[in-house]
Amino acid sequence: MSLAGAAPATCLVVDDSRVVRKAARRIVERFGFTVREAEDGAQALAACREALPDAVLLDWNMPVMDGITFLRAARAEFGPDRPVVVLCTTEAALDRIIEALEAGAQEYIMKPFDEAILQDKFAQAGLLPGTTT
Amino acid sequence: MNRESFAFIAGLVKSRSGLVLTAEQGYMLETRLGPLLKREGLPSLDALAARLKDPRAATLAEAVTEALTTNESSFFRDGRPFEHLRRALPALASARAPGLPLRIWSAACSTGQEAYSIAMILSELAPAMGGRRAEILGTDIAQEVLARAREGSFTQFEVQRGLPARLLVQHFRQEEGRWRVAPELRALTRFERWNLLSDLRPLGRFDVIFCRNVLIYFDAPTKTRVLEALAAQLAPDGVLYLGGAETVLGLTARLVPVAGERGVYEKASAAAMAG
Repeated sequence: MSLAGAAPATCLVVDDSRVVRKAARRIVERFGFTVREAEDGAQALAACREALPDAVLLDWNMPVMDGITFLRAARAEFGPDRPVVVLCTTEAALDRIIEALEAGAQEYIMKPFDEAILQDKFAQAGLLPGTTT
Repeated sequence: MNRESFAFIAGLVKSRSGLVLTAEQGYMLETRLGPLLKREGLPSLDALAARLKDPRAATLAEAVTEALTTNESSFFRDGRPFEHLRRALPALASARAPGLPLRIWSAACSTGQEAYSIAMILSELAPAMGGRRAEILGTDIAQEVLARAREGSFTQFEVQRGLPARLLVQHFRQEEGRWRVAPELRALTRFERWNLLSDLRPLGRFDVIFCRNVLIYFDAPTKTRVLEALAAQLAPDGVLYLGGAETVLGLTARLVPVAGERGVYEKASAAAMAG
């Protein structure tokens, strides 16, 4: 599970809101990741084909291709373990979370999020060492 | 706030809860007691101190103590003790006489995240525990947090601290924008008001005690007193978990660290037998 010792881990931040991408990027960069951004699922899929990231922080509702469609396509193309996918969405219904986990997401964040939640969820997804707080 | 008011409030809180407030924590009084001042229509902490000197102000003293001793909590806080618990429970279960439930105590349980984290582990381990029943007791001195713990109802923010999504969907139900612990888990838990400085013997014997991030607020004699009282309630082969910044060293000889673990303690006699 540990990514330690290798080159800096990479994370693709996928969200149609520029403001959310910037906020998430700043936090994920503080965790030591090299970050790229995508505005929708289609862009995210293209970015994954170009260079598969270690992690994808993934919004659900986006134009062109939504997050769950991206997730299913990514799992079909790249397998179950990589990239590690953490949903990050305003969708907060129990059945939505189940749907995402069944589609192969490792973790799920309900917006709004803050650094503490991102850190916990990245740790639970095996992307960061466990927190001690 | 003047020095005399601070000393009075600090003295009151220490006598009721053991919590030691140092002069540098003056800011904490301001932030923690702000809402209470507003509710009581008091203009300042000095006015609060004056009001508290009235012997009839017991309810207010209670509220002040609660406001200062309530702490933020998260599920599976600091992970490590729960990993140890996963390994320890099956052995404890097989060492007990048939029909005896395992008893686990979450001391200073606050809003219940620790107790429910333990309940989730019990549920996960049920197949390895041979049908052994278990009960979790959560205690705290603050009524308000106990009421919340009993409800087992958490905000969206709270269920995202320390709780994997897999466990959220497995053990929680959505109720009016909040997340409520499933009845099967709530049935494993009981929450009761108890002061750690009072007689602990009526609580009975425990196989596992969690008492984390509580001792840090006490002075050394109080730490010793609480640790020895906890040791007296711990089964001979039981386990005690303390917070990462807490220790028994130099405080009591009745408890010793479990070799190779951090924050895990057992009775000194158990260690001697195992050694």
